[in-house]
Amino acid sequence: MNFAPETSIDIASAVNRATAPSAEPKLKVDKLNFYYGDNHALKNINFEIPEKRVTAMIGPSGCGKSTLLRIFNRMYQLYPGQRAEGKILFDGADLLSKDLDSTVVRSRIGMVFQKPTPFPMSIYDNIAFGVRLHERLNKAQMDERVEWCLRKAAIWEEAKDRLHTSALGLSGGQQQRLCIARTIAVRPEVILLDEPTSALDPISTSKIEDLIDELKQEFTIVIVTHNMQQAARCADITSFFYLGELIEVAASNEIFTNPREARTRDYITGRFG
Amino acid sequence: MTEHIVSSFDTDLKELGRRVVEMGGQSERLVADSVQALVKRDSELAQKVIVLDGPVDLLQREIEEKAVLIIARRQPLAGDLREIVAAMRIANDLERIGDLAKNTAKRVLALTGEFHPQKLVRGVEHMSNIVLEQLKVVLDAYATRDQARALDVWQRDGEVDVLYTSLFRELLTYMMEDPRNISLCTHLLFCAKNIERIGDHATNVAETIHYLVTGQLLTEERPKQDTTSLTSVAFPA
Repeated sequence: MNFAPETSIDIASAVNRATAPSAEPKLKVDKLNFYYGDNHALKNINFEIPEKRVTAMIGPSGCGKSTLLRIFNRMYQLYPGQRAEGKILFDGADLLSKDLDSTVVRSRIGMVFQKPTPFPMSIYDNIAFGVRLHERLNKAQMDERVEWCLRKAAIWEEAKDRLHTSALGLSGGQQQRLCIARTIAVRPEVILLDEPTSALDPISTSKIEDLIDELKQEFTIVIVTHNMQQAARCADITSFFYLGELIEVAASNEIFTNPREARTRDYITGRFG
Repeated sequence: MTEHIVSSFDTDLKELGRRVVEMGGQSERLVADSVQALVKRDSELAQKVIVLDGPVDLLQREIEEKAVLIIARRQPLAGDLREIVAAMRIANDLERIGDLAKNTAKRVLALTGEFHPQKLVRGVEHMSNIVLEQLKVVLDAYATRDQARALDVWQRDGEVDVLYTSLFRELLTYMMEDPRNISLCTHLLFCAKNIERIGDHATNVAETIHYLVTGQLLTEERPKQDTTSLTSVAFPA
């Protein structure tokens, strides 16, 4: 079946229905193609991510959603043989352009991975490490920053009495919240979450979902998830990817009650053969 | 639609739909029997209607429990979610329809031995035939997921309202003509109202089918022509 995303998806109207009229696109993906060597992993993606909203990307394994997330963070540039064509406009600048410094991009677009990845150092230093790369803060300012982001990530109460003990002693859910704290410590504009709760128990998951709700007041959030209900709960906008194509983008309220595309419907209702 | 990967989900949904259809058949039967009992002054049949409303209530509770359980177990989305919501809503309407039929049957018992001129009952019978047809079509539309037929039912309810309004006037006139008619006519008026309400529930079911199939709520106002609340008949001289 031939599918041309730009003709059949009215992204602007989906976004408008889901969000306040002021929601500007923070990231604008324009005719993006991506290759792992000969493998054409993303096919002509056109997609806008609105500012200060939660955008979910769903789809079966290998559909390209994590690939897209990694492109936003410029991770693909670490690997030879992977290349991207097209444009990703981030506040007007092209993320794919070699002129942009990856370190700067990553301080403005932070990422949290599926498995918690705390550094083998103290809780305090996990946060301070990234901040020191970008800013010169004195001790008091750094203390303040650490407390600020740990509070934002809803882990301050659990961590405040053990800031100088190893982060590896935290539970999985706590480690994941620490990683989120570490990500927001450098005050990025966009937070990318790659299945952030797939390894967590329901309570830790709820805490992180609560956190996502809180964080969207200040940050633009993109979340990849295999949990349909999580997308329905957390995201304002949901996009469905299949075999490297963007099949449908709509307000989450619509996509989970009345999807327009048959493939979206089959996927979210568990009918994929 | 293709089947679910988890085949027991399909079994659950089919079973739920089957229960709703079964409940539809039972309530339809109750309505037909209650009208028959009224027309033929058959108190035995009326008794039967009263007793058989019990199983309909039971089915409604079963459908509701089953639906809640499927939601808890499967976290349904999209069409599956609408399927379950529709089953619950339709079961509610059908339960009300059963109650209204039972109420009509009770009035048949109250009328035993009363003066009973057939011409007074004709109007009610005529109206019930239309409502029964509406009910039958809407239940077929549910079984076949036929949105167009459901919409027909939704649009045709106005006819029932018009009939009810004219029946209301007619019965008032009979009461004025002869006070001996008052008891019977009042009961008949309530029966007519019951049947008119059954028609309304049939249109609710039609709205639910529309939502089930299209995912859109019917937001337009349904054409309503029951004007009895505003009707008065002057006493002759």
